[in-house]
Amino acid sequence: MIYREAGQFKTSYGSDQAVFPIAQDRVVVALAVVAAFVVPPLVASEYWLQAVLIPFLIYALAALGLNLLTGYAGQLSLGTGGFMAVGAYSAFKLTTAFPQFNIILVFLMSGVIAAGVGLLFGIPSLRIKGFYLAVATLAAQFFLIWLFNRVGWFVNYAPSGTATAPPREMLGVMVTGPHATAEVRYIVALALVVVFAAIAKNLVRGRVGRSWMAIRDRDIAAEIIGVRPLRTKLLAFGVSSFYCGLAGAELLFLYLGSVETLAFDINLSFLVLFMVIIGGLGSILGSFLGAAFVILVPIFLTNAPHWVGIAMRTDTQKHIELMIFGGLIVFFLIVEPHGLARLWQITKEKLRLWPFPH
Amino acid sequence: MSDILYAFAVAPFKDMAGSPAFLGEVLLGGVFAGLMYSLVALGFVLIFKASGVFNFAQGVMVLFAALTLVGLLERGVPVAAALVLTTAVMVALAFAIERVVLRPLVNQEHIILFMATIGLSFFLEGFGEMIWGSNVKKLDVGIPDRSFMMAGIHINQLELSAAVTAAILVAVLAAFFHRTRIGRALRAVADDHEAALSVGIPLRTIWVIVWSVAGLVAIVAGIMWGAKSGVQFSLSLIALKALPVLILGGFTSVPGAIVGGPIIGVGEKLAEVYWGPLVGGAIENWFAYVLALVFLLFRPQGLFGEKIIERV
Repeated sequence: MIYREAGQFKTSYGSDQAVFPIAQDRVVVALAVVAAFVVPPLVASEYWLQAVLIPFLIYALAALGLNLLTGYAGQLSLGTGGFMAVGAYSAFKLTTAFPQFNIILVFLMSGVIAAGVGLLFGIPSLRIKGFYLAVATLAAQFFLIWLFNRVGWFVNYAPSGTATAPPREMLGVMVTGPHATAEVRYIVALALVVVFAAIAKNLVRGRVGRSWMAIRDRDIAAEIIGVRPLRTKLLAFGVSSFYCGLAGAELLFLYLGSVETLAFDINLSFLVLFMVIIGGLGSILGSFLGAAFVILVPIFLTNAPHWVGIAMRTDTQKHIELMIFGGLIVFFLIVEPHGLARLWQITKEKLRLWPFPH
Repeated sequence: MSDILYAFAVAPFKDMAGSPAFLGEVLLGGVFAGLMYSLVALGFVLIFKASGVFNFAQGVMVLFAALTLVGLLERGVPVAAALVLTTAVMVALAFAIERVVLRPLVNQEHIILFMATIGLSFFLEGFGEMIWGSNVKKLDVGIPDRSFMMAGIHINQLELSAAVTAAILVAVLAAFFHRTRIGRALRAVADDHEAALSVGIPLRTIWVIVWSVAGLVAIVAGIMWGAKSGVQFSLSLIALKALPVLILGGFTSVPGAIVGGPIIGVGEKLAEVYWGPLVGGAIENWFAYVLALVFLLFRPQGLFGEKIIERV
């Protein structure tokens, strides 16, 4: 209905295996990306940028990272919060120790450090599988948070125990710190997400992604046909932790401004896992849809009683929010266990034939 | 360097040898604390064995059971009646969960079911606190939180009774599993869903029973933990404490949960008392996980878990 791919013949493998094989898709996605860069900074209010769009981009990046590990490589991890904390605190240490470094470079370096830590905690995955591994990654979560909480060196011995993003500028524009405008931080976060989503998309459709999926689907069979489990699993942990670390650094520098370890506790790990599962395991688009869902639903639930004019005590409202959020998770899992991404795919298929389905 | 080595590798053991009574107290405290973890881990194991669901909501079920019980007691319901009513609530909850959550999700992947139980835990937490309020409540079950001396060691009466309760509970569960018709059916389902189904065991009924039994275990755990630290939101976090016990003992083993608890409890207490001060304290949170992780590297299925045999 929306568009038809009739007449677009593929004459080479390259064009057949392209990320967006249909010309209209390429146009739509390109336009969407341009619109994402241009429209929100012009029209969105400070509140929308700060409370919705920036966290959405950051969580989407973290969800992308976890999706590579859990959705593509099949290794269940509950240590996301810990790896994000590694990214945040190493970015903080790097930029306070080397103020002359470009802040983007600092982000990338802290991602690399997080990847190193992820590799370390990924080693047990060679021997432990499934839920046992999930609980083992909790060891990473609790240990890392404890470490950042206890060792004052990580926050430069700040008496409050918080890491505060120092002001840094890039190309003459304030990017972080209290004087950076929401628009600038939004654009930086968006640029990083676009670049790394593109990298992830290409990663999973290439050799690396195929070997991850082989390990996920049946690791022993994969090993027999020549996929090396050691390298593949550790690579998945490394790449995933890089994404999570980058997201953690952004969380501190572009969104919250100052954090305590509490911001990276076990709830964050669960939140990101929700995004991945509600959005769709093994789907790049799903990571974005899941992040949008998890960000928007609580905002909607908080504001909904005001819109319909019901006055409620705040604690009652908080409890009802929890109930509805939990109920919605169960509901979505029942409706479509493969997540929002699959729902979108089904809708697209239906629209393609509509209004003449036969 | 040798100072550090001495502080970590020699001094703690010298301390231990120096005052055996204190060491005994620490060990005993660890065993008791561990048995409390076992109570929670037991609920996980029951459900995992019978339905393959990793029930993250077990911790919140403990909280919910304790909240219900305290709420009823506060409204002047006699103790016996409150216990019966709470039991009824937990059984009703089991029915509701089977009908609303498990049945539509049958045959889904484990991770989906796991997620559903996290959703469930959000729901139960909101539900329980909305009905009964979220302030900290005292649960008085008539066991004084006092210590008495035996062989030069302080023993807490409450912890002792918790240990005894755990022992009785395990004995009752073992009898239930091995001596009754329903218990046999439960074991059959745990072994092989399809085979059990084909000899006429109703899966859905079994699930309701298992979740009810897990609910009852949650009540017992809720009473014990509630008496110890008050009924409040943090009760649901003890689920996180039970997880290392679970991986140590094996997800599918009831004896594993019972033995794993004290091992974790003792390890945790020893580390906290003798090594904790060296690294800044509060290592209880992660030490149990690391301990369990080390065990796992040698036995990937846990101490008593079924041997994992993989075929392609």
